[in-house]
Amino acid sequence: MTDATRPAKTPAGMPAPPKKTTFESLELDTRLLGMIGAFVLLCLAFDLLTGGRFLTPRNIFNLTIQTVSVAIMATGMVFIIVCRHIDLSVGALLATCSAAMAMIQTSILPQYLSMELGGPLIWIIAVISGLAVGTAIGAFQGWMVGYLTIPAFIVTLGGLLVWRNVGWYMTDGATIGPLDPTYQMFGGTNGTLGTEASWIVGIVCAIGAAIALWQARRRKTKHGFPVKPAWAELALIALSTGAILGFVAILNAYQIPSRRLERLFEERGEVMPAGYTEGYGLPISVLLLIVVAVVMTLIARRTRFGRYIFATGGNPDAAELSGINTRLLTVKIFALMGALCAISAVVASARLSNHSNDIGTLDELRVIAAAVIGGTALSGGIGTIYGAILGALVMQSLQSGMAMVGVDAPLQNIVVGAVLVLAVLIDIVYRRRTGDA
Amino acid sequence: MNLLKIAAAAVIGTGLMTTTVLADGHSGTVVGVSWSNFQEERWKTDEAAIKGALEAAGATYISADAQSSASKQLSDVESLIAQGADALIILAQDAKAIGPAVEAAADEGVPVVGYDRLIEDERAFYLTFDNVEVGRMQARAVLDAAPSGNYVMIKGSPTDPNADFLRGGQQEVLQKAIDAGDITVVGEAYTDGWLPANAQRNMEQILTAQDNEVDAVVASNDGTAGGVVAALTAQGMDGIPVSGQDGDHAALNRVALGTQTVSVWKDARELGKAAGQIAVTLAKGVPAAAIYGSNEWTSPGGTTMNAIFLSPNPITIDNIGSVVDAGWIEKDKLCQGVAGVAACE
Repeated sequence: MTDATRPAKTPAGMPAPPKKTTFESLELDTRLLGMIGAFVLLCLAFDLLTGGRFLTPRNIFNLTIQTVSVAIMATGMVFIIVCRHIDLSVGALLATCSAAMAMIQTSILPQYLSMELGGPLIWIIAVISGLAVGTAIGAFQGWMVGYLTIPAFIVTLGGLLVWRNVGWYMTDGATIGPLDPTYQMFGGTNGTLGTEASWIVGIVCAIGAAIALWQARRRKTKHGFPVKPAWAELALIALSTGAILGFVAILNAYQIPSRRLERLFEERGEVMPAGYTEGYGLPISVLLLIVVAVVMTLIARRTRFGRYIFATGGNPDAAELSGINTRLLTVKIFALMGALCAISAVVASARLSNHSNDIGTLDELRVIAAAVIGGTALSGGIGTIYGAILGALVMQSLQSGMAMVGVDAPLQNIVVGAVLVLAVLIDIVYRRRTGDA
Repeated sequence: MNLLKIAAAAVIGTGLMTTTVLADGHSGTVVGVSWSNFQEERWKTDEAAIKGALEAAGATYISADAQSSASKQLSDVESLIAQGADALIILAQDAKAIGPAVEAAADEGVPVVGYDRLIEDERAFYLTFDNVEVGRMQARAVLDAAPSGNYVMIKGSPTDPNADFLRGGQQEVLQKAIDAGDITVVGEAYTDGWLPANAQRNMEQILTAQDNEVDAVVASNDGTAGGVVAALTAQGMDGIPVSGQDGDHAALNRVALGTQTVSVWKDARELGKAAGQIAVTLAKGVPAAAIYGSNEWTSPGGTTMNAIFLSPNPITIDNIGSVVDAGWIEKDKLCQGVAGVAACE
């Protein structure tokens, strides 16, 4: 894999490449590999320090659902940063979307359309309105950046103050809840697929990944590009399907606590059979993140919109001269960011089962940090979706791992801050050494 | 490359971690404490008291700090449970948004003690000082000093349920005098985030609006009282009755100086000790209703739960020596700039 900026790095008809070692034949992205390796190392270190408590199915389950909200926004931040902009308002925008959705569910719809919480339509209307609010605000900010040429830093710094307090104004600062039970299913623990459905999703994903890899190979052959040997391709397919199924197996291994099961049975008016157990499986929020990640990656790699983003980020002047409407493009990426903030707002407020006034505070920094740790360059043109998600996962693991070990709160923040700066430094050194932009 | 990047991070992290005590390897009872915001100084006192009580009971203390974020507090509680806590003490950042955390604990059979701030959930045990009584004590002390005239009510944070409990208690005491026409409430304001600066601004606005015709101020805590006294001093009005609570060192000094009438003192060490003991007892499987001194209590939100209310202690110029005797404050600090007070001689 290469950076999405240069999709066709090796033109056809080049002299045959020199013979490769076994490892090189796999043609793995060393950047991705390094990040995964470091993440695994980090997890192992925490596991050792917590006496084996960090890498339990339970904690991995917790970690994934804790990461989702920031990770969803980080995928959008990649596009923004790639285009040489920044968005400081994402946490505040999340709060506004969450407040709007909470008010729609708990007061507007019940009052004016006399819909009861728990009704079949209420969550859909809430989510769609939230998406509309997020997209509209995002597009508005994008318009100010693109057409009025106010620097994104300023527009979104203003947005940070404006949207956080619009959210506050809408709710009078009160905690709004409990939210609709169906809506709450997006939060994590309250909405999981169960073991069987998780296996089905896992198998479908695994087959999808295998087909995608194989298709990519066929396309390359068709256009006469060099491909890696078949055994390497098969090894990669085995590796990725194994990883997907392994992840599902871990989430399925986390058993729903028996008291919770008892309560669920009681609510249905049944008695729990003795010795009954059930695994949590894949949380809906994590599934949502996976869908967002796939869609965003496809946008980045396969669509004209995506190519324009990376072209503009690589060289804005050249992009504009070659006929790309960079102003409209700016509106679009900010609108997309706004929509992603709304999706994150659904996940974050559903997880708390309430809208709280402080929701999303400081998330803008976590989101930017996740994108940057994931290899997105602030100088523009470079960044990957999977990198940003891994970045979010690394940040959350660091934070929750340190909390588990019992590191003092100030030291936790010091470490996270230091890691951020260090990550960028190492990235710069890496790029310089490899001549990779 | 990125491998190095995060490896280095891990090394830094590990270096720091080795300096802290590891939470594993414990055999007895483990009590997890989830703090809402450890940046505030006062919780250090509570922490020491909880640790002391747990140590005496042979239990282990583990903790996490939510840094004022309701979302982080939920993650913290999940992490404390994953670390094997047998009981939890939670200082809730948000009375409602803590719900999913209490549910997660209940699912695992881990009892929860709501510490100082209300948790709206019948599965939680509520331990606090009697905040309605604190409000009564504040109003009583101010009413004694100014039986008639114009009153200003400076309330706490609108998001903290305690603010309204206090206000309720204050109203109970003042109602009779209001009905009799002796006193008039001429101004009333919430203080966002309990911040002294906000209290000062609100007080300044009320003073301007009332042309300084204010005879007494019922402020809900010592921080807001500090803001009020600053506003009064600017108008040369310091010395009129002002209430407060918490026994802040600066406030006790003001009581000795005569610029504040009362600071209702809630000895955090008593609260922390009780919380530690209750958590250990609950962890052993004793039902909440069987805890010595616990009563069934219904919250304003309609939640019935088991609760213990410790009684607070109003500190005025008459009994100010008691805080020194209790070791809460040093005499030098209390008596800075004070003359003619018995406790400072």
